Amino acid sequence: MLLIKNGRVLDPAAKTDAALDVLLDGERISKIGANLSAPGAEVFDAKGLIVAPGFIDLHCHLREPGQEMSETIETGTQSAARGGFTAVCCMPNTQPVNDNASVTRSIVERAAVAGAVRVWPIGAASLGSRGEALAEISAMKGAGIVAVSDDGKPVATARLMRQVMDYCNTLGLPVIDHCEDPSLFAGGVMREGPQSLRLGLQGIPAQSESICVGRDVEIALLTGARLHIAHMSTFGSLEYVRSAKKMKLRVTCEVTPHHFTLTDEDVRYDSRYKMNPPLASRSDRDALIAGLADGSIDAIATDHAPHHAASKDVEFDRAPFGITGFETALALGLSELVHPGKLPLMRLVELFTTGPARVLGMERKIAADEPADLTIFSTDREWTYRAADSPSKSRNTPFDGRAFRGAPMATVVAGRIAFRR
Amino acid sequence: MSQRLSHLLGTENLSREQIAFILDQAKPFQEFQRHPLKKLATLRGKTVAIAFFESSTRTRISFTTAAARLGADTMALQAETSSLKKGESLIDTVRTLEAMRPDGIVIRHASSGAPEFVAQRLEIPVLNAGDGTHEHPTQALLDALTIRDRKGKLEDWNITILGDILHSRVARSNIHLLTKFGVKITLCGPAMWVPRELERLAPNVRVSHRVEESLDGADVVMVLRVQTERIHEPSLAPDEYIAGYQLSPARLRLARPDALVLHPGPIVRGLEIDSAVADGPQSGVLEQVTNGLAIRMALLYHLIGGAAADAPHPAKDRLNASD
Amino acid sequence: MTPAMRVVEKRQLLSAEEIGRTLSRLAHEIVERSGGAKDLALIGVRRRGVPLSERLAKQIRGFAHVEVPVGTLDITLYRDDLSTIGHQPVVQSTQIDFPVDNRDLVVVDDVLYTGRTIRAAMNGLFDLGRPRRIQLCVLIDRGHRELPVEASFIGRTVQTSDTEIVEVRLQEIDGDERVVLVDRVP
Repeated sequence: MLLIKNGRVLDPAAKTDAALDVLLDGERISKIGANLSAPGAEVFDAKGLIVAPGFIDLHCHLREPGQEMSETIETGTQSAARGGFTAVCCMPNTQPVNDNASVTRSIVERAAVAGAVRVWPIGAASLGSRGEALAEISAMKGAGIVAVSDDGKPVATARLMRQVMDYCNTLGLPVIDHCEDPSLFAGGVMREGPQSLRLGLQGIPAQSESICVGRDVEIALLTGARLHIAHMSTFGSLEYVRSAKKMKLRVTCEVTPHHFTLTDEDVRYDSRYKMNPPLASRSDRDALIAGLADGSIDAIATDHAPHHAASKDVEFDRAPFGITGFETALALGLSELVHPGKLPLMRLVELFTTGPARVLGMERKIAADEPADLTIFSTDREWTYRAADSPSKSRNTPFDGRAFRGAPMATVVAGRIAFRR
Repeated sequence: MSQRLSHLLGTENLSREQIAFILDQAKPFQEFQRHPLKKLATLRGKTVAIAFFESSTRTRISFTTAAARLGADTMALQAETSSLKKGESLIDTVRTLEAMRPDGIVIRHASSGAPEFVAQRLEIPVLNAGDGTHEHPTQALLDALTIRDRKGKLEDWNITILGDILHSRVARSNIHLLTKFGVKITLCGPAMWVPRELERLAPNVRVSHRVEESLDGADVVMVLRVQTERIHEPSLAPDEYIAGYQLSPARLRLARPDALVLHPGPIVRGLEIDSAVADGPQSGVLEQVTNGLAIRMALLYHLIGGAAADAPHPAKDRLNASD
Repeated sequence: MTPAMRVVEKRQLLSAEEIGRTLSRLAHEIVERSGGAKDLALIGVRRRGVPLSERLAKQIRGFAHVEVPVGTLDITLYRDDLSTIGHQPVVQSTQIDFPVDNRDLVVVDDVLYTGRTIRAAMNGLFDLGRPRRIQLCVLIDRGHRELPVEASFIGRTVQTSDTEIVEVRLQEIDGDERVVLVDRVP
């Protein structure tokens, strides 16, 4: 038994915002109420802290199997726990690709042994994510996937997307798409604009993303299936999502902390500023913040993409895309969105909890008999992020050394404290 | 120099004073090119690593000759023969070079930002001899020297740059350098190679997609090589380019009568420039080559010649100095 | 680092008038010992050797009615101390617009001290050709040689200590005209 006392419970599902205690019994929440007492229970004093439902990250790369030099399920989930995440969805672009049930099972089994938090695998949409034949989606669903995606690249063609959506509709799985048009992407390494011209780096126009989002929304209209746009970064994409929502299509989207924090103006010859989609223009960034505030965007997802030091310590255009993100996600949300008054605290919590849960067709709330997953955080704790202290095997983040106000204080997974600051 | 240069990575971050100083310092080296005995001992005992990760003949020979004329030894690394082909990373390659204790490194690389990447990781001065589509500062400096010599000053001219600006490091370095001297720049070429956003690169930059309009009133015309190897887009048929943008004698007449024509070389005769213009009286092409040596000698002298900034300062040397 | 020092003027070595008379004498000696002024050329070492060489040429024109060519030599690139001094000296132009081959050259400088400047100057001249003879003319010889260099024409020899500085001030450069001995005191 674990009793969380004196905290301020924020639960977007029930719109709760009150000083309440939460009693956990084993893997379930047993009781929520004022001035609870439970003789013999371990007590966690959450005075001055927020007690929220467990955070879900819809988008990360744990690199296992196959790229254990960069990350493993063990190190990645430890990092996720430090970021306040109680469940993370790992993308299928491992080696081998998670396109069949045996790979899915190996991830689930490894996570059960070594995972600090829950791991919910995402299966490939096509075999090998090659964009040709459908992956073994139904079998993977049986093994535990929560969605499909060919992340790292878009579902290759409109026709394949139609087939995947039709099939997943029957299975009740959302299709997550990494949206880009390969011919416009054309070997680019950062967002096209004045800064790419200045640095002489091959630019990727914003339309590379939005054209693909437009295509996917059209297929969602055609199939009626659930579509989720991964790491959305432009105003144009957001407008397609808004129009889809207006048509009552089951279309959702996520935004990463780096895309609501940084812009292409921050890019320099430092591969920690290289990710895909690339950092967008200031106006796109501002549009994303507006979308987070007005409800058009459903979730904040990290796209935690670890790369070992040697692979990133190369020329900018030769470096792989991606940055780590678990440990700075909440702090960026508080520092960049809540403290400046751009987003109410409850809305931020929603974007980490009920928002992503809804994308996956789940619920997330603090109530009796719900899973005992809680994220406890401070909105005021001042700290400086040191990538060197991270349990992750990789250090590729532009936020190393950044000072924050607000931090995860404890992560409770299935009734156990997985991380405590 | 207002602040001592530790590297030469680009012209964007050079001050107007630093640029003027480098150009002034190139003057004695211009005279030196006319000496019967073109060999100094100034950098005797120093070694310059010439690391070219991208093929080049002219710039490599110019730097090697500049170092030799200052008395320095060079160690050359060429991409075709190096371990890069075997998959060694840039940082491992330059660290290996550094372990041989050169006093400076001249680097050319196909990746924009590679010299800055190296400069952040090595202790020795780094000279950028061209990085990707970013900068080629020594080319812009030698262009500026040529303009100053031929036209008497650098300030306030109207200069037109013609060609594939998007993929040109020469254009970027020239834009940053010249606009610091009040030069008004017109960039001209096919629209897909000359995006409007280039106007935001520096003040007084104008984009035009019509060659006749761009040449009107030009005091200097810089013609860029049409670099087919760096073009990602579908390329343009040569005949289309010639018809639309080649600098021909007739088009040159639209510029000022005394307009100077520059080209960084190597020239593709009959494509971006007509031979009659390249070899004509308004052409400064061969002076550019000679000035390249002078600029590179001046830079090697100042970047590699000196002692560390915190070196002891023996009083006697100050007194003994004839200046 | 060198400790901070104060510089104090100890005494005047030459007045403006004495500089004029000394140069006049040196001009005559140069012409005499060169067997007339045919093939003669003066090379002023930057900076104060330059006005001195011009003045000498003017004197020679006055009494021998010969136009002696004057060149200017910057020795920066020939210095042997570039790796020990903290700052990188600015290179100035060398202007010798006549062939030095088979010339009778007189290198002109203000002060002869260690001899290193003159060594550098000779190296510079040899890069331009093969002179028949090189002689040296200095306004002040203050001793303390570090190289086997002696002047052919000396305005005045002065005994100095290591810490003293001979400052030659010329109208063209300093807006003043005299030679003073200064000393550094800690």
